[in-house]
Amino acid sequence: MAAVTLPSERGAGAPGAKPQDAILVVDGISKQFETPEGVVRALDNVSLTVAPGEFVGVIGPSGCGKSTLFNIIGGLLDGYDGSVRVAGEPVRGPHPSIGMIFQEESTFPWRTVLDNVAFPLEIAGVPRAERYDKARHFVSLVGLDGFERRYPAELSGGMRQRVSMARTLAASPKIMLMDEPFASLDEQTRLLLGDKVLQIQQELKQTTLLITHNITEAVQLSDRVLVMTYRPGKMKRMVDIRLPRPRTSEVVSSEAFGRYVAQIWSDLREEASRGMRDDEARQRTEHK
Amino acid sequence: MSAAATITKSRGFPLVLSVGALVAFIVMVELLIRVGVINRFIVPMPSEIISAFPRIVQEEGVISRFFFTAGEAFSASILVSLFGVAGGVLLYQFRLLRRATETWVAAVAAAPLVLIYPLYLVIFGRNATTIVMMGFTAGLAPVILKTLEGLSGTRRVLINVGRSFNLTSSQQFWKILFPAALPTIFVGLRLGLIFALINIVGVEFLINFGGLGQLINELAERYDLAGTYAAICFVILVSVCVFMLTERLERWLRPVD
Repeated sequence: MAAVTLPSERGAGAPGAKPQDAILVVDGISKQFETPEGVVRALDNVSLTVAPGEFVGVIGPSGCGKSTLFNIIGGLLDGYDGSVRVAGEPVRGPHPSIGMIFQEESTFPWRTVLDNVAFPLEIAGVPRAERYDKARHFVSLVGLDGFERRYPAELSGGMRQRVSMARTLAASPKIMLMDEPFASLDEQTRLLLGDKVLQIQQELKQTTLLITHNITEAVQLSDRVLVMTYRPGKMKRMVDIRLPRPRTSEVVSSEAFGRYVAQIWSDLREEASRGMRDDEARQRTEHK
Repeated sequence: MSAAATITKSRGFPLVLSVGALVAFIVMVELLIRVGVINRFIVPMPSEIISAFPRIVQEEGVISRFFFTAGEAFSASILVSLFGVAGGVLLYQFRLLRRATETWVAAVAAAPLVLIYPLYLVIFGRNATTIVMMGFTAGLAPVILKTLEGLSGTRRVLINVGRSFNLTSSQQFWKILFPAALPTIFVGLRLGLIFALINIVGVEFLINFGGLGQLINELAERYDLAGTYAAICFVILVSVCVFMLTERLERWLRPVD
């Protein structure tokens, strides 16, 4: 197992980035939704910077606006206050520098694995032979060699998420956004896929923003973890994860890992409890 | 593995089973007629129907009538597919149009449209155009509704994948919405083509013009029951051909499901 460096011993520079060095700048994002029950404030003044090659996790209880933040950064949601910039360019819609991996199964069932991965290259007009060469490279990168001609229905959930990942990576995004990509998988598959993500991140130096509600996953993968409050989602704390890289899933058994998990849980617990109380109150009102 | 298990798992077993079931049904009907349980003046014996085949081929020109009806069915199928899918896409694209017309289209799908054939006779005359247009009219509504259902039912995440890759509206439609909706569109096409075929043969029968419907009318008028049922077998053959064609087309457009 890799030796674990405790926070105070970490030699590498701090993973935070000044706005001018950052590849992604999220500045004062606030968002509210009109619902039949009234106005719901989903996000309140959320700011974040991500440096090139950095892996940042965003964690919070259900209903803290994580997915809203994901959709805003990905350019899928508008009508918010604040701004998002990628490599200095404001994001006003889907941006070619941003690749998105969704929580739900999102492979195209009518395309083979290879055709799924080649999809963004096909859209970009890359010649057939070249796009299939590139697609094969990314299929191999996510460890799906030999499955190129299979259809998603013939693959497991974890394999399909790897196809989605390869498809996003094939578009060569500057930033990869992941919205709870392993949420529907079992814990062991999730840890092993975490290894695959770490390996890819190591190989490509891919800047990644991971939205998750899983503390283990956030600590295992991230350089920094942003802990959010329950509704409205605000930044509660930014935790530097000073575990050594390259990492594998073996890091979860280290003492430092346990301490990070405990630290984040102590921040999250109060928020999760608030969310649970809120849910219960809503259920009571609805069933009266 | 036991011998029985090996046989049931073999690739040809479903075909053998379906042919076997058909033969068993025919033998059972033959027996029930011979022992008098079924009246032979209402339902002819299958053996008589089989022996009527050479006669209706030689004397009644059933092959050319088969191709006439199949041609009408094919023409109506093309029209139903083109206008039905286009109609569904229009209703999907324009919400106001959908809200204004969806109920009407659903009502048309459930209406006994064969009753408007006198109007079409006045408009188009007693010819194949009337028959094709009747088939088209009857098959259109289910295709529109199922196309609309398929497009509306496309999973939001697939649309978001397209948006995240910055697809144009046209790319979003051809690369994501249309292939995602294809299975439902083909359900509509199968329904629409059945409605079209029923109406085509029905109107041929009613106006005594054209292919198999006219032949069935004439044979029934002559009380040639065996010949009538033999001609009905050719109508079933048209239906089988239409089904096989749509299945091939679906497999070609969307190789897996």
